[in-house]
Amino acid sequence: MIVFALRRFLGFAATLLVAAAVIFWLLDLLPGDPAQFILGINATPESVERLRVQLGLDVPAHQRFFDWIWGMLGGDFGLSYTQRAPVGELIWNRLGVTLPLALLAMLVSVLVGLPVGILAARRRGKALDTAVMLLAQTGIAIPGFWFGMLLTLLFAVTLRWLPTGGFIPWQEDPAAAMRGLILPGLALALPQASILARVMRTALVDVTGQDYIRTARAKGMTMGEAVWRHGVRNALLPVLTILGLQFAFLIAGTIIVENVFYLPGLGRLIFTAISERDLVLVRGATMILVVAITATMLLTDLTYALVDPRLRQGSGA
Amino acid sequence: MRRFLAHPSLMVGLCGALAFLLLGLTSLVWTPFPIDQIDIGRRFLGPSAEHWLGTDNLGRDMASLVMAGTWTSFLVAAIAVFIGMGIGVPLGLAAVIWGGAVEWLVLRLSDFIFAFPAVIVAILITTLAGPGSINAIVAIGIFNIPVFARVARGGALSIAKLDFVAAARLTGLGNAMIAWRHLLPNIMSLLIVQGTIQMSLGILSEAGLSYIALGTQAPDTSLGLMLREAQGMFLVHPWLTLVPGSAIVLIVMALNLAGDGLRDAIDPRLRQSRSNVLA
Amino acid sequence: MSLLDVSNLSVRFGPLEVVSGVAFSVGRSERFGIVGESGSGKTVTALAIAGLLPEGATATGTINLDGQPLPRQEHEMARLRGRRIGMVFQEPMTALNPLMRVGRQINEVIQLNSREATPLPAVEGLLAEVGLAPEHAARYPHQLSGGQRQRVMIAIALAGQPDLLIADEPTSALDLITQAKVLDLIADICERRQMALLFISHDLKAVARLCSRVAVMHAGKLVESGTTGAVFASPRQNYTRKLVAASRFAPRSQQRSGKGTPLLDVAEVTRDYRQGGFLMWDGRPLRAVDTVQFTIAEGECLALVGPSGCGKTTLAKIVVGLDRATSGFMRLRGVTYHGSDLPQELRRDLSLVFQDPFGSFNPRLTIKDSLGEPLRLEPHLPPEGRHARVVEVVEAVGLGQAMLDRYPHEFSGGQRQRLAIARALVTRPRLLVLDEPVSALDVSVRGEVLALLARLQAQFGLTYLIISHDLDMVAAMADRVLVMEAGRIVEEGQPEQIFAAPQHPMTRALVGARLPDLEASA
Repeated sequence: MIVFALRRFLGFAATLLVAAAVIFWLLDLLPGDPAQFILGINATPESVERLRVQLGLDVPAHQRFFDWIWGMLGGDFGLSYTQRAPVGELIWNRLGVTLPLALLAMLVSVLVGLPVGILAARRRGKALDTAVMLLAQTGIAIPGFWFGMLLTLLFAVTLRWLPTGGFIPWQEDPAAAMRGLILPGLALALPQASILARVMRTALVDVTGQDYIRTARAKGMTMGEAVWRHGVRNALLPVLTILGLQFAFLIAGTIIVENVFYLPGLGRLIFTAISERDLVLVRGATMILVVAITATMLLTDLTYALVDPRLRQGSGA
Repeated sequence: MRRFLAHPSLMVGLCGALAFLLLGLTSLVWTPFPIDQIDIGRRFLGPSAEHWLGTDNLGRDMASLVMAGTWTSFLVAAIAVFIGMGIGVPLGLAAVIWGGAVEWLVLRLSDFIFAFPAVIVAILITTLAGPGSINAIVAIGIFNIPVFARVARGGALSIAKLDFVAAARLTGLGNAMIAWRHLLPNIMSLLIVQGTIQMSLGILSEAGLSYIALGTQAPDTSLGLMLREAQGMFLVHPWLTLVPGSAIVLIVMALNLAGDGLRDAIDPRLRQSRSNVLA
Repeated sequence: MSLLDVSNLSVRFGPLEVVSGVAFSVGRSERFGIVGESGSGKTVTALAIAGLLPEGATATGTINLDGQPLPRQEHEMARLRGRRIGMVFQEPMTALNPLMRVGRQINEVIQLNSREATPLPAVEGLLAEVGLAPEHAARYPHQLSGGQRQRVMIAIALAGQPDLLIADEPTSALDLITQAKVLDLIADICERRQMALLFISHDLKAVARLCSRVAVMHAGKLVESGTTGAVFASPRQNYTRKLVAASRFAPRSQQRSGKGTPLLDVAEVTRDYRQGGFLMWDGRPLRAVDTVQFTIAEGECLALVGPSGCGKTTLAKIVVGLDRATSGFMRLRGVTYHGSDLPQELRRDLSLVFQDPFGSFNPRLTIKDSLGEPLRLEPHLPPEGRHARVVEVVEAVGLGQAMLDRYPHEFSGGQRQRLAIARALVTRPRLLVLDEPVSALDVSVRGEVLALLARLQAQFGLTYLIISHDLDMVAAMADRVLVMEAGRIVEEGQPEQIFAAPQHPMTRALVGARLPDLEASA
């Protein structure tokens, strides 16, 4: 298990290093002269030169790359040119919205998706199964951000239960902050919960046909007991794989959904940065997103190995 | 053909998807009104005989916009699927047939690309090159690569173990020829099913990217862009978001139904390895 | 009163009746066998008795246990199964939950079924009874061998102290030596516990070994039943006669005289596999084939026997050019090669017939395309010549030209194996390597395919290298036998001599595991 975890961790680190290299190449080397790129063609040579020094462009590229990596390891993501503030601080402030939102959506989708999937599998072929799967089929087809608009119309405009948008910072009023995240969280969770329900159902139905379920029944269990004791854990394996991927999609999804609800999250920071050509800020923010996604996948792999003894052995693969 | 007819969900899905595709194609030669015809005097009209789906905030005909937007969505998603298949399938087959270091590299590469969802790629491209529908195509296409690589590898892996592949090797057939003649035809059905699923995901992604201004730009239109343009006023004029949103839902549902049905119709065994996991 | 009474049992899957009107009874501590080929309905019959039919199957008729009909309620039936009926299935690889230690899987039965009155044995005792050590309880299924897993299955079946053990092909997925051991184990346990056995198998010899009474199933019906001796010694039905005949291999008729000139030399061939460790230095190579040396003469039939995993298939792959020797070489018609570097112009002189007739044809190609594929090794052949070749071989294996345009799924297993042989012959090779050529086939088809092979050998003057674990088949076909263990050839000789007086321990184990032939008809 330790060897397995170590291998995965090395892989994680390698992935991040390559990802950093790609992002660095795209945003620092491809534009030619980033200082010129940021300021546009109308900039005076003096201001370009000033920015170049400020961005540290006078040192060689590989030196800049390693400085950047080294800085990030210590939490220093560089200085945003347009906001005149440390990028790390800017991102950190925004993560206070993005991360809770993604986690909330994840929680809702698991709490709804898995039980619904299990229920449908247990009632396979019955009316309930058909109805639930039809709903899930629809849920998958609904873009989360559009569902967010529908939710706003219903809960904020018609029923006036929740705010239409905006965000009150956690430190001012945690309850209000939470209320602001409920609708976006639901909007994000719906498609993911639908997918989870479908995957859970399929996995459980597949497991029901396995030989070891027959063995369990031969031991003296009913089908229900056999599926509960031996099936669910096995069926969770494919679900786990998907959970890891889903978190990546939720993070990407928050960037979109923030727009519906005017939430000051990472997405809005990035859009401002794009329009102002703040390469340092875009670089830091995308890197944070990639780290979050890769870390989730690492976590999934490790959990998978905890559940499945076949993966735990040294060679791993 | 008869076995296709025996799957109602396939028929419904296929007919629905084709109907929308046809609608989109029609928009190339004819729409009820030109989509760029702005007439402020006729804005926010409800559905009528003249404007089937009403008009938007600029007085443009919504039906025409939906037709043109549907075409953009299909086009973007289809090109992205071709990019994904064109690069991903050869990679997946190469991983199986050469194995060893090639396989390792392909797997690591696909893991790596999974860490870059379409939104992130689109952010990077847009930062560099400014907004445009090409960004969405490239971003979604890149994301499709590892999906197809994995599906192709997974399918080919079980085929490559079979004796007829060894028999082909005995006749001195090279790796590339074996992949082409013996592996590819046997994973074709898997690829078609996955292609349908990626089409629907592509349409969803395009909508999302256009909605946050990383995809299609005016004066072109897409379903996602219509939603973006309606964003500022959807509390007052919900109709403007309901129309393009419902169109997306219907198209994606049709494609998903077709994909599920296709899988059941082509090969019942595939039901076990569902891979519609990447929405 | 008998323990199990089955009368008029029929099982349907929708419109398809797979078991029709089956009736038999099993007495207390009696051992009863059901024999049949794949698709005969024997497994479905067993599942019906245990109440484990898959969804979509409906059973009619009566099944009485101790004179009582089986309960209809799922819960009661489940508990009855746990306490009265033990089951062992064919596939030990998939029958155990991969995520749970086997000790817990055994213990589950004990917890589920223990009653105050009759305490159940502990896990350690059960493990000892099936010949496993106490520490095996802490293992996961993937850490056990196939034979060990099957022993765990037997322990699970015994844990509820059942009166009836149903064993459905319990040894077919195991290798020969393990197979014999597991059969012995089942016999011992039934003897000791005075437990009734319902043994289901396609293998007449295994049934003859274990059971006192036997029933023969064919196409869903019981065609014949009686005491084992009577049914197998003087079968009354044609189908039974055919089965019995097929389970005996006629000893080879003519002994070929003298050795021809050497066709293939295998010289000190070794194959190492690097073991996958991510630290480069931790892998001591796995030696699959270890300095193997032999010669095959023109027109000879040489057999290579050994337990599974002994390296015989790897060796075959190296000889035909699918794998490469780490050291050593082969010489075919004076040309030296090391495996996959076999020159293109020599490839047509060698061909391979695979074990599994279902995987050996590309389902997307017509038979004609598949059979013609090796002809790319003869680029000078004109198109009409190619067609003539394909027709020639397909007729040589006893099938018609009309079959050439069909697809593989339209053929039965036996027909496919004929077609696989046809493909192997299309380049008019000198040496045919046959990797378990009949072990995937139904018993009644095996004889035909072996007869075909013998006829083709005579007709075309072929040389055979047969890879097999089936000593009966080898005795019937081979001129000379090589016994392999752990990558080495440990014994060599004529089949009669080797099987009569085996020298090496491995040969003795193999010969000892061979089930006795059925008694010849009186």
